[in-house]
Amino acid sequence: MLLPVILYYVIFMYLPMYGLQIAFKDFSPAKGIWGSAWVGFGHFTSFYESYYFWRLIRNTVLISVYELIFGFPAPILLALLLNEIRVRLFKNVVQSITYLPHFISVVVVSGMMIDFLSSDGIVNQLTGLFGIPSESFLIMPEWFRSIYVASGIWQGVGWGSIIYLAAIAGIDPSLYEVAKSDGAGRFRQIWHITIPGIMPTIMIMLILRFGTLMAGGSMEKILLLYNSTTYETADVISTFVYRRGLLQMDYGFSAAIGLFNNVLNFILLVSANKFSRKINNTSLW
Amino acid sequence: MLVLVVITLYPFLYVLFASFSNPADLIQHRSLLLAPTGFSLESYKLVFENPMISIGYVNTLIYVLAGTALNLAMTSFAAYALSRKGVKFVGPVMFGIVFTMFFSGGLIPTYLNMKNLGLLDSRWAMILPSAISTWNLLVMRTSFAGIPVALEESARIDGANDFRILFRIFIPVSLPIMAVMTLFYGVGHWNSYMDALIYLRNRDLYPLQLVLQEILITNSTDSMMSTVADVDKGLIQETIKYATIIVATVPILLLYPFLQRYFVKGVMLGSIKE
Repeated sequence: MLLPVILYYVIFMYLPMYGLQIAFKDFSPAKGIWGSAWVGFGHFTSFYESYYFWRLIRNTVLISVYELIFGFPAPILLALLLNEIRVRLFKNVVQSITYLPHFISVVVVSGMMIDFLSSDGIVNQLTGLFGIPSESFLIMPEWFRSIYVASGIWQGVGWGSIIYLAAIAGIDPSLYEVAKSDGAGRFRQIWHITIPGIMPTIMIMLILRFGTLMAGGSMEKILLLYNSTTYETADVISTFVYRRGLLQMDYGFSAAIGLFNNVLNFILLVSANKFSRKINNTSLW
Repeated sequence: MLVLVVITLYPFLYVLFASFSNPADLIQHRSLLLAPTGFSLESYKLVFENPMISIGYVNTLIYVLAGTALNLAMTSFAAYALSRKGVKFVGPVMFGIVFTMFFSGGLIPTYLNMKNLGLLDSRWAMILPSAISTWNLLVMRTSFAGIPVALEESARIDGANDFRILFRIFIPVSLPIMAVMTLFYGVGHWNSYMDALIYLRNRDLYPLQLVLQEILITNSTDSMMSTVADVDKGLIQETIKYATIIVATVPILLLYPFLQRYFVKGVMLGSIKE
């Protein structure tokens, strides 16, 4: 019964890893992966020396860091707020509505963003009411990251909060009783009981996040939202690999960039895990 | 909280209202849209008449049904085999599987691999590469591991083989988790976009999401409007986008109230630590 499973992993996961050797080769489709000539680290050095290198690194890191700073705490805050709602019905309604965007496809979300942020979209109609001149946000490089991160929060905050709500539900209620009798108010209870109570969950989620720090967000959404006027701030390693590799069919070079990216991610994940195990004994493995 | 609800909900309402609006009125309209401006079903008519939308719908249904069936079979096979005690090589196999969560060949080698396998531009390209989600496999394995060994042993004494045990005992006693997996995989296939973008060139195989991309992102609605007079094109283009969004998301939006508690259960299952 394990056989089809092992075959699946070998064919669709490990064969591509084997194919990664094209990162070190001057790949020609005619000669195949095996027959192409080795170029050693040639692709890596030409990437490092290229004009794109620092721009891609900067964009990749910045998008991830913004997501980490703004996107990561958002579901935790929402979970803490939801937990304070005492009216069950209201709480359920809020939860149902905030989970909803999670199920909408990235194409639809991007389509909505493009429409709302266009020069005659609703965002401009609203700001127009206050006399602010209209702007085409999606062709302005300085807006790209905010749009990307904000739409991510819009889509994911409710869904992301579920795991923290589950963690909050697991906290021993008697702790709150004790705190109350010691005269702790709502904020002190959150600060001294709820937050420490969900800390292990926060740490695990944070470690997982670190593993994607060099992924530079969701490639799908960036591909859908960016355009040549916003490459300056929007182009990340994965989208560059897509354009260079699949659209211009420069396989060896883009495979090398992809490998560089993957290795960095892997190193980050392993170090984050190690660090977390050291400081508070939580780790993925 | 209320602000949050409004921010989350309003974009959907806007799209809904705009889709029913009269295009000429919508363009004139300034300030918040709180109800359709005018009423027109013209854009829905054009969306339903568009052959690409119906092709996309049929293809997406095929991918969702076939893909989810394969997902469930493969994931439960894997979860069953890896959760039983005394199976050989579980350790190394698990390592090999979990490793793929953290490291992969990347876009280009994966694409070339599909090309070598001759799967480009075939329906298989939408189904096979995503046959198992490792995350879901881990969740299902944890759940199967909690099933008492006694159940399995008594069935074995009665002469049942592994397939019988899986289908007659394990799956029936884990129906809630099977439901959750069906939903996760199903929604995944419904919304799947990247695989289609990379592997499919033949428009007859396009799933709905790729058709949507053409309409919403690259704005190529012309094919839909061959019957519309040129002067009206710019106008109706406004509302066609909204009608398309509604048509493409309605299945999930309609099912959502019924499915929501299962989804939430799924996240909870995922958060259980071994």
